[in-house]
Amino acid sequence: MFKKILIANRGEIAVRVIHACRELGITSVAVYSDVDRAALHVRKADEAYHIGPAPAAESYLKVEKILGVAKRSGADAIHPGYGFLSENAKFAQACVDAGVKFIGPTTAAMEMMGSKTRARQEMEKAGVPFVPGTSRGLESPEQAEQVAAKVGYPIMLKAAAGGGGKGIRLVHTRQELGSALEAAQSEAQRAFGDGEVYIEKAIVNPRHIEMQVLADEHGNTVYLGERECSIQRRHQKVLEEAPSAIVDPHMRRRMGEVAVRVAKAAGYTNAGTVEFLVDEEKKFYFLEMNTRLQVEHPVTELITGLDLVHLQIRIAAGEKLPFSQEEVRIRGHAVECRIYAEDPDNDYFPSPGKITLLLAPSGPGIRRDSGIYEGWTVPIEYDPLLAKLIGYGTDRPQAISRLVRALNEYFVGGVKTNISLFRRILSDADFQAGRIDTGYLDRLLKSKPAELNREDAGIAAIAAGFFAMLDPASAATPEGAVSANGGSGVGNRSAASGWKGAARVEALR
Amino acid sequence: MVYEVAIDGKSYRLELERAGGRWQCRLDGREIQIDAVLARRDVLSVLIDGKCYEIKRERTATDMHLWVGSARYAAELRDPRSLRSRKDGAGNEHGPKKLVAPMPGKVVRILVHEKAEVEAGQGIVVVEAMKMQNEIKSPKKGVVKKIVAAEGANVNAGDVLAIVE
Repeated sequence: MFKKILIANRGEIAVRVIHACRELGITSVAVYSDVDRAALHVRKADEAYHIGPAPAAESYLKVEKILGVAKRSGADAIHPGYGFLSENAKFAQACVDAGVKFIGPTTAAMEMMGSKTRARQEMEKAGVPFVPGTSRGLESPEQAEQVAAKVGYPIMLKAAAGGGGKGIRLVHTRQELGSALEAAQSEAQRAFGDGEVYIEKAIVNPRHIEMQVLADEHGNTVYLGERECSIQRRHQKVLEEAPSAIVDPHMRRRMGEVAVRVAKAAGYTNAGTVEFLVDEEKKFYFLEMNTRLQVEHPVTELITGLDLVHLQIRIAAGEKLPFSQEEVRIRGHAVECRIYAEDPDNDYFPSPGKITLLLAPSGPGIRRDSGIYEGWTVPIEYDPLLAKLIGYGTDRPQAISRLVRALNEYFVGGVKTNISLFRRILSDADFQAGRIDTGYLDRLLKSKPAELNREDAGIAAIAAGFFAMLDPASAATPEGAVSANGGSGVGNRSAASGWKGAARVEALR
Repeated sequence: MVYEVAIDGKSYRLELERAGGRWQCRLDGREIQIDAVLARRDVLSVLIDGKCYEIKRERTATDMHLWVGSARYAAELRDPRSLRSRKDGAGNEHGPKKLVAPMPGKVVRILVHEKAEVEAGQGIVVVEAMKMQNEIKSPKKGVVKKIVAAEGANVNAGDVLAIVE
């Protein structure tokens, strides 16, 4: 087993992996950029090293710097988390070359799946059903027009190196194609350093269902059931659940077997996810394979009773899968909400800032994977995911009611969050009946929200007075307040202002 | 203490006194039996006729909001001695309109030139924040009077990006 693992990531996933390391008795090493000195993952790790300025391209994406830290700290393995370098085959190869184990698949498997166009070519050979379109990158706007006309509008433009909803555009007409292509290519270039974009026929309002697979380095591959990920906005998943309301044991086995076939065709090892589009007749098409741990892995963990990060580490250390396909049991139901720092009243624009108040829920069937704490400032440079709140229950209605209960207890003050959106989704009749597809959330947001109960305005008025009398020291933002992560040396300063604040409170008693 | 409190713009007169170990509370002259405990900073537990309320306070540099359950109220505590009238924030369709950055980020592209005619809702500037590119759209039909933002520049929430007249 490894002695020391470097986590080449930040936020809630870095914290998640650090937890697993601690549980396995492995020393954890964090890396951080200028704005992340006070981030939770740095506080939680056993060791932490600075790797550069705030922009990810100069820190979390810098291969040499991360490998330098691995060498300096004596780490024998690297967990990439999701995003950043997690699906970068060059990084995986650089790890191999540096003699550090990359916790993930082989470079060859990543290269095949990392290019969505190459993956389509390979799956075509392996006889896996996939969505019609190009299997190669587009060379010119003229060629794009020809292909689009052939497969028929609407079409999807997708970044070959893509993931996380970046570099994707839905195009309804020929007129929109030119600017959409330009935008997708520019976004892909910025996000992945690769502007290659291909065309896929858009299956209108499909379901997005994915299958978790796990493969050891001894030829054993299993599937761990599906996740329903149809609730999306701007091609970003917002809420996921497992199992899917429409997948029965027979369909699960068929999808699972295709997923295992995909993984085997790629010579895949470690944890991976095979994504499918499912149409109204429940026909499923291979979409792509994500060669990393997914954001939504907790729902699978809850319904299978397995710890995917533990298993990733054990597989990377050369262990065999400790169970067979027949031993995988699905029990209960789990639903995950991605809590983002974004403003529901302003078209869900990112809303970074300082977290002034944090009240976190707990209790039966509630899991929270969080990367934030009270007093920390959410930086503008990275993805606005703050935490994931997951509800688990004997069945779907119980998982939902537990999650609703927990969301009502969850409070993040100082930044805007999408918590209210989840209350709306979870109480919606279509969602409760399992009538969802990838167009569901846009339709829900276009409909008028239920009138909020505003009868407690008088209570609010009374409370305003009580706050003024009982909690006057915090009535105004203290002058010169510094964020916990505003730059080097700021940690001390903000601690000092904290003491000052406490002294002021004492003086007023 | 007497407070004038505005909740979502509506004014209330609140009288609060501590006497004999209990609170005396009058809201717009109506007496209310109430008990209140500050559970922690920014969290208040209130009991009225046996009913429990938890109120959370959220503050920014400029304003205060109170959450009662899952409802959010804009709250303003006014000193009743000064008769400051409410700011007139209402805008209108005439005259120049400012395009402001809704969040901190980086200006990655400017989509129109100065003096260009634009439609309401047309993209003027693209701001990237948290890896998402967001088009900032014209608030009205008109002419771009001035482009304030520069490509590549970092902007803060509220910074003026352009003016449309």
